Amino acid sequence: MGEIIRETISAGDMDPTFIEKIEKAGADRIRTCLSCGTCSSVCPSGRRTAFRTRELIRKALLGLREDVLSSPDLWLCATCLTCLERCPRQIKITDAIIIMRNMAVKEGFMLPQHRKSAQKLLQTGHAVPLDDANRDMRRELGIPEIPPTVHSSEEALAQVKEIMRLTGFDTLVEGEGTGAKQE
Amino acid sequence: MTDPQTYSLFLGCVMPNRYPNVEKSIRVVLPALGIELEELEGASCCPAPGVIRSFSERTWLALASRNLALAERAGHDIITGCNGCYGTFKEALNIVHEKPDRLKDVQQILKSVGLKYEAGVDAKHLIEVIYSIGIDPLRKKITRPLTGLKVGVHYGCHLLRPSKLRPWHQIQKQTFLDELVEVTGAESVKYKDKFLCCGAGGGVRGSNVPVSIDIAREKLDNMMEAGADCIVDVCSFCHLQFEVCQAELNKELGENKYHLPVIYYTQLLGLSMGFEPQDLGLHKHVVSTQALLDRFL
Repeated sequence: MGEIIRETISAGDMDPTFIEKIEKAGADRIRTCLSCGTCSSVCPSGRRTAFRTRELIRKALLGLREDVLSSPDLWLCATCLTCLERCPRQIKITDAIIIMRNMAVKEGFMLPQHRKSAQKLLQTGHAVPLDDANRDMRRELGIPEIPPTVHSSEEALAQVKEIMRLTGFDTLVEGEGTGAKQE
Repeated sequence: MTDPQTYSLFLGCVMPNRYPNVEKSIRVVLPALGIELEELEGASCCPAPGVIRSFSERTWLALASRNLALAERAGHDIITGCNGCYGTFKEALNIVHEKPDRLKDVQQILKSVGLKYEAGVDAKHLIEVIYSIGIDPLRKKITRPLTGLKVGVHYGCHLLRPSKLRPWHQIQKQTFLDELVEVTGAESVKYKDKFLCCGAGGGVRGSNVPVSIDIAREKLDNMMEAGADCIVDVCSFCHLQFEVCQAELNKELGENKYHLPVIYYTQLLGLSMGFEPQDLGLHKHVVSTQALLDRFL
């Protein structure tokens, strides 16, 4: 007979400063969460995966920093903002998730496909840059072949790149990240 | 702002670089409604509220503010046809309006690249501007009523939420897009979970395709069950999701179950105003619109 293993949380796993940081970054009222589960019940990703918003917020409140930041589940939120609308405590849940994602990325947890989008932004000023097929379609449609965006102006692109350098986006994206752990 | 009916057209990424046919319809239809568009030269990615904001909120805010600063310099509010870009600008403006230290930080960053920014500009979704014309004046423009066309209306998320930062009446179930669809003569069908997300946002489309397209599948199933002939959307990213995912779902199923045309609102309106499908880019869709067009031409 196998022994039943109960998952216990040890004091050492809890970082009390974690929730303070999330709160300070803009998720005020998060401590008023009553774990009612409304957020999970309206979550489109939660309907089809094991992702539970309530669990994520509870873990954050307990200070389970490492667990939260390294979890790929953190990236299952489609930012549809339904939970934020429905929360009886009016907690900015989506904001809290974005804050935790920022913390995760800072620690090197970035999914490879997301790093690619970020690199495209770094190189071109667009997360989705123009390709040849759409360049042809633009010409056929009689609209400017190259859109009048950063794609048409080296000066504008230089400005955008400088902003990304000033805000540390280049080192954040090109740094040595481990990527969020896979299941 | 100088002239309320002239806007700086913010294109973003997905529309000009993946769905220029949608962009074409906007460039054709808005001026015909008296909404003048000026190019917002040198604009970048908004940047995307789901991915880029999730990586670095500070970079996101600075780049969003740069785009807003370009419009401020031009003397016009921004007009956009993407819910994601709309969400980015509305949220970015709210942050700098509420937090003076954030505005100061952004101003310093922009100053070092030679830009001035007072956050005195606004961003509007084109559907908001069209709706402000009023249903009756719009009805007068309709020369080819799309009678009998059943539409699955898709609002998307960031157009409506957070509701406190949006211009709509504070009600749970909005009707403005249904009204705008019905003015063309089409019928907006009632379907289950109409306000459900398309599944593309938040970086889910980028990193977890199976989950992302399964959300879209649920919406498609609900629309098809209600007898919709097509989807009408107002967001370039939702548009991408519905255009691309149907082939992905069919491949998975091994049958051609999903072939619901995905029509952007200005394409629908333009068609009912008598524009030719080619002028609206309706011949350049991933999911063919031909059978649908044949009913009205």
